[in-house]
Amino acid sequence: MAAKVKGARDDAATEKVEKRRVVAQIELVMTGDARTTARPRRAASAAAEDPATDSEPVPVSAPVQAGAPASGPPKSPTRRATAEQMAQKQREISISEFFTKNRHLLGFDNPSKALLTTIKEAVDNSLDACEEAGILPEITVEVRDLAWESSLAGDLTKGEGRFVVVVEDNGPGIVKAQVPKIFGKLLYGSKFHRLKQSRGQQGIGISAAAMYGQLTTGSPIRVTSRTGKGKPAHLFEIQIDTRKNNPVVSRDDELAEWHQEHGTRVELEIVANWQQGQRFVNRYVEHTALANPHATLHYQRPRQEKLTFPRATSELPKEALEIKPHPHGVELGALMLMAAESKSHDVKGFLQTAYSRMSPAVADEILERAAFKGRVRPRNLAEDRALAEKLQKAIGDTKIMAPPTNCLSPIGDELMKKGLVSFLGVIETEAPEEEEQLDLDHAGKKKTSRKEKEAKAEAPEVPDASPEEGVEKIKGHNYFISTVTRPPKVYRGNPFQVEVGLAYGGSWPADKPIELFRFANRVPLLFQRGACGVTDAIVKTDWRNYLLSQPKGSLPVGPMALLVHIASVWVPFTSESKEAVAHYPEIIREIQLAAQECGRKLAGHIRKKQHADYQAQRRGIFELYIEEVAQALGKITGKSPQPIKREFMRVAEKVTEAEAEKIGGAEAEKVGGAEAERVSDADLEEQDKEPSAAPEEGKKPTRRRKRRSEAEGE
Amino acid sequence: MARLDARDKQTIQKIEKLAESVLKSVTGGKNPFVEIPVRSLANVEFNTRRRLIELRDQKQKRYFFNVGMAKKFMQTFLVSDACRELIESKKTTSIRDLYYMTKHTLGETKQNTFEEQEESDPIIEDLEVAIDSLREELHLFATGRGSMVGPMTIRDSGDTIDLRRMGSGGWSVPSIVEEHVVELKKHEAKYVLLLEKDAVWKRFNEDKFWQREKCIIVTGQGQPPRGVRRLVQRLHSELGLPVYVLVDNDPWGFYIYSVLKQGSINLAYESMRMAVPKARFIGLSSFDKAKFELPSNVAIKMNEQDSSRAKQMLAYPWFKDARWQREIGEMLRSGEKYELEALSRRGISFITEEYLPRKLRERDWLE
Repeated sequence: MAAKVKGARDDAATEKVEKRRVVAQIELVMTGDARTTARPRRAASAAAEDPATDSEPVPVSAPVQAGAPASGPPKSPTRRATAEQMAQKQREISISEFFTKNRHLLGFDNPSKALLTTIKEAVDNSLDACEEAGILPEITVEVRDLAWESSLAGDLTKGEGRFVVVVEDNGPGIVKAQVPKIFGKLLYGSKFHRLKQSRGQQGIGISAAAMYGQLTTGSPIRVTSRTGKGKPAHLFEIQIDTRKNNPVVSRDDELAEWHQEHGTRVELEIVANWQQGQRFVNRYVEHTALANPHATLHYQRPRQEKLTFPRATSELPKEALEIKPHPHGVELGALMLMAAESKSHDVKGFLQTAYSRMSPAVADEILERAAFKGRVRPRNLAEDRALAEKLQKAIGDTKIMAPPTNCLSPIGDELMKKGLVSFLGVIETEAPEEEEQLDLDHAGKKKTSRKEKEAKAEAPEVPDASPEEGVEKIKGHNYFISTVTRPPKVYRGNPFQVEVGLAYGGSWPADKPIELFRFANRVPLLFQRGACGVTDAIVKTDWRNYLLSQPKGSLPVGPMALLVHIASVWVPFTSESKEAVAHYPEIIREIQLAAQECGRKLAGHIRKKQHADYQAQRRGIFELYIEEVAQALGKITGKSPQPIKREFMRVAEKVTEAEAEKIGGAEAEKVGGAEAERVSDADLEEQDKEPSAAPEEGKKPTRRRKRRSEAEGE
Repeated sequence: MARLDARDKQTIQKIEKLAESVLKSVTGGKNPFVEIPVRSLANVEFNTRRRLIELRDQKQKRYFFNVGMAKKFMQTFLVSDACRELIESKKTTSIRDLYYMTKHTLGETKQNTFEEQEESDPIIEDLEVAIDSLREELHLFATGRGSMVGPMTIRDSGDTIDLRRMGSGGWSVPSIVEEHVVELKKHEAKYVLLLEKDAVWKRFNEDKFWQREKCIIVTGQGQPPRGVRRLVQRLHSELGLPVYVLVDNDPWGFYIYSVLKQGSINLAYESMRMAVPKARFIGLSSFDKAKFELPSNVAIKMNEQDSSRAKQMLAYPWFKDARWQREIGEMLRSGEKYELEALSRRGISFITEEYLPRKLRERDWLE
């Protein structure tokens, strides 16, 4: 039949009518639906009557004349293939093939982003591995510009080019047999099937990077790994069979010697854009150091000095524990799947083993609520949707304790502070971008340039910031640092915890929006800032309460960096490239609460600072004016101005802050009056409104009224 | 040092006394201050008996060790010193000059002692009241403004000037018109006419109104400066000439009349020398538009500012007279104001040939 249709299709145009009828008949046979069969037939006959309109859609009037229902397409389209034909083309899509066409989903949109993603995936894995093994991580990130290295002269590659990315760690290493699968097979990993706070989740990242390298440069990924002293190191070169999603090992050498006792080194040759991508990488490395104060990071860039972020603490973060899912977050399908996999004999056993917070009493309560008839096994649940639904409803109606939150591993107040200090210490010397901003700020009012600041710091009469709590002096700059770790909370049955830290002052530009650093499970989020729930939460917080200016619907403006970290067993990202956190109200609320808490501390600091600035400014004003007054008084009285100046200075010192404050307060009203003095005759109107400058303010109105009535009397 | 006359010596002594008092309090470890009578509405009163706005005795202490006042304190002494220097060198200068004399940068900052003249002018007035010396005693004058002609001879700085032969521009009234500068000589004038606008004054001069009517015509080009006010006051008090004021029919015009008559709030301390309590308001009255058949299209609608201003004036004690209340009330009622030039609608010289003569003839004025 199919061949016949094909023949008809190949026929000349004049025979279209015939063809159409054939097609219509085929359709009739296939669908067997009375309504659809009627229409094509009529259409065909209509076309036969008027061959000129053949290729045109059948006029709407035709079905109306025939009394057919007006709904539905006026003419059915030409059938192009049969189900059988189509079936021939249908086959399994390998995930690797899927990836080659959809790299953007995993963060390989363009060469500059691919560079970052590659580094990120490797570093995330290293950190996860070290933490799981209980090793203090020491990680080296290296980017090499191949073109520049081979020429050894000239400039770095502009735009796209071939780069080698190396990430090396001192982690536990990987056993020989696993190496090919981990790096050469997508969706292979240890982290997907468990609920545990970790950086990686799907087991897709590093192998995707390897695939990207293979696609763009043809080079395999090189992995060197050693699991411990006395064990040999292995060097692999692994390619991915993209059709079968299987690793192909092209080199497997045992190295006689390797400089790491244990650890893994990953080398990838990729097409990247260093010129554009480096700022993201810089930022990623900086921020990773910030959120992982227990890790030492070495960062080697082409034609630049090696940069090291030393660890701020030698304490490993609390180990994140694996937990079972909480019953309240479970969806029906998942429930059925879990029931099918259950090894328990009864539902109670299944519930207790599969879920957290399921005490025997709670399980009994659920079963009672479900009111199953007869004996129900987990297997029955998996097969019978109605039963499963009953159970799910019962679970939903039962009050169950919130999931355990001890599984989370936040950075912690203290370590976040340490991380910020050490991070600021490194970027104060580095960060050419910040330098530029500093220059821009030179003209700005609030902010003095670094030079001026240093001069100030050196000058003996200007004291360092008072030993205020939370103020850290970093490379001559005073930063106010405040951190808040919220208690763990739950969204959709998933425990999570929010932390916020802020660094205010220093060399951050005062007239720009704050720097917002977003982290999820200690991984910096660098893209899609606008689409991220974290940004949303910060924007929706009213920072004006905390003495920062904030344009409507924007981040606040001020010399500040704000760090927001979400730790969770399952961070709800908006996409697989893990760039933005979804807008869950519970999460946004927690971020806001933490930000507000930090903000309150910040407001206290700003107030103190404003007061100190004001005092310093006051002293400055007096000193400045004393000079002038002494000169003038000296000339008027015919005395030497120097002794006069000394007398004034003596009083200036005597007029302590408190005293001056008192005077200032008492005279404040008069200052207003002095302003009014300036107003010329013409502005009498203004003077009328101006609160008068009278010490005897109280008496005046009555007096004036009296005078007026006198005037009236005359 | 040149020999100074008694008055200059006295002024210098006053400045020295001010400086000494500051030195004394500083040596005594006190916060030094300058006492300045307050020059604002709160500290003026309308003396109903003398019909003058007078300064009351309320004083403001300007401290040095007060962030809000330190700069003004410093400025006060810069100005004092500059005035002392002027007096000693027997020179007189403008207040703008003084501003430049005392302006310099403070230390190594970007701040100046004075940023603009608007800052130094009130300091000069402060000093005047603080040491009770007039501006001319400080050897200062404001920018002169105003013209005058009339059947009169004067001596200005030693030059004899016949105000009958001043051409079209008239004699420009200097800022200081005290007796030692301007002497009033022979005259055959019967009254003084103060005109708000220079353009209107030119019309009166061109039409030789002053010759025909035997009067002195003077303009201050808007709000009359001190020189004009003081001179009009002298013509009134020394020669006994009545003073008529012709201004626009709007709150601003009324206010010009009011300042000439009672003195101003800002210069209340000079009211005695400046004000002419018997000055007569000859026009434009709110009722003139009907009387002189002015078409309604020459009127200008009063804006909100005008109305609120007029309402304020209703409350001033010196406008409490029933006729004034009626006058301002009418303006408010109609919601319209008229310029003097509106009279030209009836003919270019209507104002000099018909309007004013009739007003005078009918004694149609307010006091």
